[in-house]
Amino acid sequence: MATQTQITPSIERPSAFRAFFDAVQDWVTTVDHKKIGLLYIGYALIFLIVGGVEAILMRIQLWAPNNHFVSPQTFNRLFTMHGATMVFFVGMPILFGFGNYLVPLMIGARDMAFPRLNAFSFWISAFGGLLLYFSYFAGSGLYGAGTAPDVGWWAYSPLTSRVFSPGHSTDYWTLSIFISGIGSIGTALNIVATTLCMRCPGMKLSRMPLLVWLYLVTSGLVFVTISPLTAAQIMLCIDRYLGGHFFDTQAGGSAVLWMHFFWIFGHPEVYILVLPAFAFANEIIPVFSRKAIFGYPAMVSASVGIGFISLTVWAHHMFTVGMGPGPNAFFTFSTMVISVPTGIKIFNWVATLWGGNIHFTTPMKFAIAFLFQFLVAGLTGIMLSASPFDWQLSHSYFVVAHFHYVLVGAILFMIFAAFYYWYPKMTGRMLSDKLGTWHFWLFVIGFHLTFDFMHVPGLLGMPRRIYTYEADRGWQIWNMIVSSGAIFQAVAVLIFAYNLVVSWFKGEKAGPDPWDAWTLEWSTTSPPPTYNFSVIPTVESRRPLWDAKHPEEPDAHFE
Amino acid sequence: MSTAIAVAHHPQEWTLPSRGIVGMACLVIAESAIFVIFVVAYLYYIGKSLNGPTPREVLDIPWFASICLLSSSITIHFAVHDLRASRLARFTGWLAATVLLGGIFLGATAIEWYDLIYRRGLTISTNLFGTTFYSLVGLHASHVIVGLFMLSLTLVLALIGKVNQHHAERLEVVSVYWHFVDAVWVVVFTVVYILGR
Amino acid sequence: MFLSVTLPATDSPLATYAHFAAHRLFPAFHPRAGWHLLALLVDQSSTSIFAPQATPARLIFGLSVLVLSICGTIFAVVAGLLLFILFRYRHRRGYTQREPAQIYGSAQVELSWTVIPILIVVVLFLATARVIFITQSVPRPPDALDVVVIGHQYWWEFRYPKMGIVTANELHVPVSSTDHPSPTYLTMSSADTDHSFWVPRLAGKLDVIPNKINTMWIDPEKAGLYLGQCAQYCGVQHAKMLLRVYADSPSEFSAWVAQQQRPAVDDPQVSAGRAVFEANACVNCHTISGTAGHGTFGPNLSHLASRATIASGSLPLTAENLHAFIDDPSRFKPGVLMPAMHLDDHDLDAVTKYLMTLH
Repeated sequence: MATQTQITPSIERPSAFRAFFDAVQDWVTTVDHKKIGLLYIGYALIFLIVGGVEAILMRIQLWAPNNHFVSPQTFNRLFTMHGATMVFFVGMPILFGFGNYLVPLMIGARDMAFPRLNAFSFWISAFGGLLLYFSYFAGSGLYGAGTAPDVGWWAYSPLTSRVFSPGHSTDYWTLSIFISGIGSIGTALNIVATTLCMRCPGMKLSRMPLLVWLYLVTSGLVFVTISPLTAAQIMLCIDRYLGGHFFDTQAGGSAVLWMHFFWIFGHPEVYILVLPAFAFANEIIPVFSRKAIFGYPAMVSASVGIGFISLTVWAHHMFTVGMGPGPNAFFTFSTMVISVPTGIKIFNWVATLWGGNIHFTTPMKFAIAFLFQFLVAGLTGIMLSASPFDWQLSHSYFVVAHFHYVLVGAILFMIFAAFYYWYPKMTGRMLSDKLGTWHFWLFVIGFHLTFDFMHVPGLLGMPRRIYTYEADRGWQIWNMIVSSGAIFQAVAVLIFAYNLVVSWFKGEKAGPDPWDAWTLEWSTTSPPPTYNFSVIPTVESRRPLWDAKHPEEPDAHFE
Repeated sequence: MSTAIAVAHHPQEWTLPSRGIVGMACLVIAESAIFVIFVVAYLYYIGKSLNGPTPREVLDIPWFASICLLSSSITIHFAVHDLRASRLARFTGWLAATVLLGGIFLGATAIEWYDLIYRRGLTISTNLFGTTFYSLVGLHASHVIVGLFMLSLTLVLALIGKVNQHHAERLEVVSVYWHFVDAVWVVVFTVVYILGR
Repeated sequence: MFLSVTLPATDSPLATYAHFAAHRLFPAFHPRAGWHLLALLVDQSSTSIFAPQATPARLIFGLSVLVLSICGTIFAVVAGLLLFILFRYRHRRGYTQREPAQIYGSAQVELSWTVIPILIVVVLFLATARVIFITQSVPRPPDALDVVVIGHQYWWEFRYPKMGIVTANELHVPVSSTDHPSPTYLTMSSADTDHSFWVPRLAGKLDVIPNKINTMWIDPEKAGLYLGQCAQYCGVQHAKMLLRVYADSPSEFSAWVAQQQRPAVDDPQVSAGRAVFEANACVNCHTISGTAGHGTFGPNLSHLASRATIASGSLPLTAENLHAFIDDPSRFKPGVLMPAMHLDDHDLDAVTKYLMTLH
């Protein structure tokens, strides 16, 4: 038998350093929406850990009355940084990260409308986060170590004036958030332009996945929400550095005006955070109930309605300010009204589950927990909307429990669900179900230990933002229970982080469509190629893959 | 390999709006929201200054500058129209007129501010009126500067012959921004020089 | 145990509401079981919002019972339905169909769960609006007591303008009864940043804001001490800006007023201490009537020894505590605005003795 000489072309294999350098350069200069989405998500996960550590430190301090674990100044910086980090450097980036990744895929496009703007928006937001944390080193000039902002994440006037906040720690708050706001507006602009101008043929607005609708509404909200905060921050800088008097009560200025401007931003901001969580629920719940979402047109209307109504409720954060009975009654009414479209959404999810064939996969477990927890969060919100009741509950741990119920119980749970659902698409591998189950149950236990019982100190008169409390008020036992839940949550999140890493290497390979789902992202490979689709699809219904899998009864006949 | 979703027949014509116009519209909405807040602050603080010159005492109505700025909306409209129709010389002329009118507005604002600061004693720190006046008018002026920069850049490119009919839509996107700047001036003018006095 | 729970005054319509809500909406429940749980919470704490002892807090309590009942019912119904569905429609091994029947929606169903919530919202809103207007628009009786409250970083100033009294941190008001109503009207503003006046058992909180005047009223029903604290983050020592409201019987109140109206005690035995006070920077911030001290930045000390606490309620008033506090206030309240006075031991002892005589 003749021997065959193998002809191996000599390929110069790059050195490890060169390969690493090339990879870094690829990621730093990318304009691909998928990579930018992953950058946002990775960035947010790092800050989630940082914000979580800040929370744990606070809970240790509050374990017992008159504790001395951290100084009052440190505690005040911790709650300021925890709030600012979680809202601006965890919530916004992670939700825009998922949006960036999924929206073009779900509408059959190859990328976002403005890829370079997309990259710019990420990097400027990322810089904002670094700037905020730089304050720990340089808040009072380079030698003023450890002077992060301590004015609360709302930075109420006149506490933020030069008189009451000397040094630069407040300015780090102002500038870092201002800068990341520019990034948010850029991303929102991209999402709107992409959604309106780059849908694949046949995808009328009424055929878009609900996730895309919700991101459209969210992005629209961003334009009219972030800007008021930007304006207020410019005014604050003018007061602090140019001698302006916007919030200078000594010159006739108004402290309440800052509150109005802040909350005109602040309330719709929480809807910006929650609508993407609804978006994930709208995709995940139908797939694991094996049924189409119940009431698509109602869901669209409710989402748009929530977007508009959320702009009219802001002063429910100011019921105790002394606005007078007229405004108190108006904002009570508008806040109660927003519960109607929100309720419609919950009922539609319940109706989707009805008559279905429910599979309790890991993403579905988180989605089910979301349903119960969001229901509770909404109901405590109704309690707070009754302004006289709010005169007792506001600025207390009841409110802290309510909004953590929304931010953690609803939003973070759906973010976890989204991870377990779309990780296979993003990486080509499944996350471990076993680790996922541990993550789920530990986190549920920890969440409920902390945030269910946190309502009680509020009802017993414990205000928020206090670095310690008196022993004679009966708050200690409840604070201990609340603090103990933090341990479970921390362990659960560590398991989750471990799962993310280990599954990348050893996870079961996922094909293009591991969940037997129905939207366009599942029609391409996992992970998708840079160009997303070899052929731009044409769609005829809301669930193109359902039509492909069920040619005998496509959705198009029933919609 | 993607599963074949594409259906064999061709759907009817599928047209979607222009990305540039939609994007600029979004930016305009966001910027409008910023202006609304400054206008609200201005309106809220009318009459509440504890001291110092009042608007009536120091403000002269800038009729000429306003007419120039608002006319520049008309000139840029004609510029876009002519560029679409590939009448390059006329386009360049209208564009130059726009830049000139915008420049006059800025110059007039600078003169007004010099006068207010050095001769009539109104600065940003004088009182609530000073703070809200300079902030609002200054915010608008900064937007005019950005717009004028973009228009000047376009003018330079036009003068060296690099702009043609294919760029008409991009010019239209810039013109949307410019119209926005002018519309904001209508509001600022009404609030500051009519209502506030 | 539930006997210690204060139920709303039985003659008010809101109380009828509350009883209706408790008894009708939870028919299967022992009607007192709900109160039992509340009692458990109430007994826990001197600042519970469920133990109202004045009309504003009672009105809020009544409304809260209605709101909690409605929300509780909604939760029970929706969560119950959800649990049922999760159990009934869970995937089971014998499931043979390829996919369940796809139901895309139903206009009637959507309408029903739009209209019913709207009706609930209307009911809740009307009940709430009523309480808003009652609390905020009650006509003021002519003989109500007026107190001016000024919030400072990190203490409370109380002035009784018609009586010429200026004091700090401990508010004395007369007890009010239904046959002899004597509410206290608080007119509030701040000298620096935003604060909030919150004594949960007496009323909801109201913010204390610079360049803004807010008014509220309280009418404690029982004599005693009511605790509270600042509820709006105002800086480093926000946590230690505590409130103590003493509701006094009519005789006790007149006695207190008379004492406060007297000039500051001038005991010659402690004149050395008085001299220390007048010779140091103390006079820049503190007032003691009859001395050189006319400062208003810090609390009025004319009747310091008549108070039970110092440092805005966070330290009991004893000679040792006072001594240590004056020596270094930041030891107890890091970041407090009173600087360490750096007095030598002799002066410190003398001034402490002097202050302890100021009843």
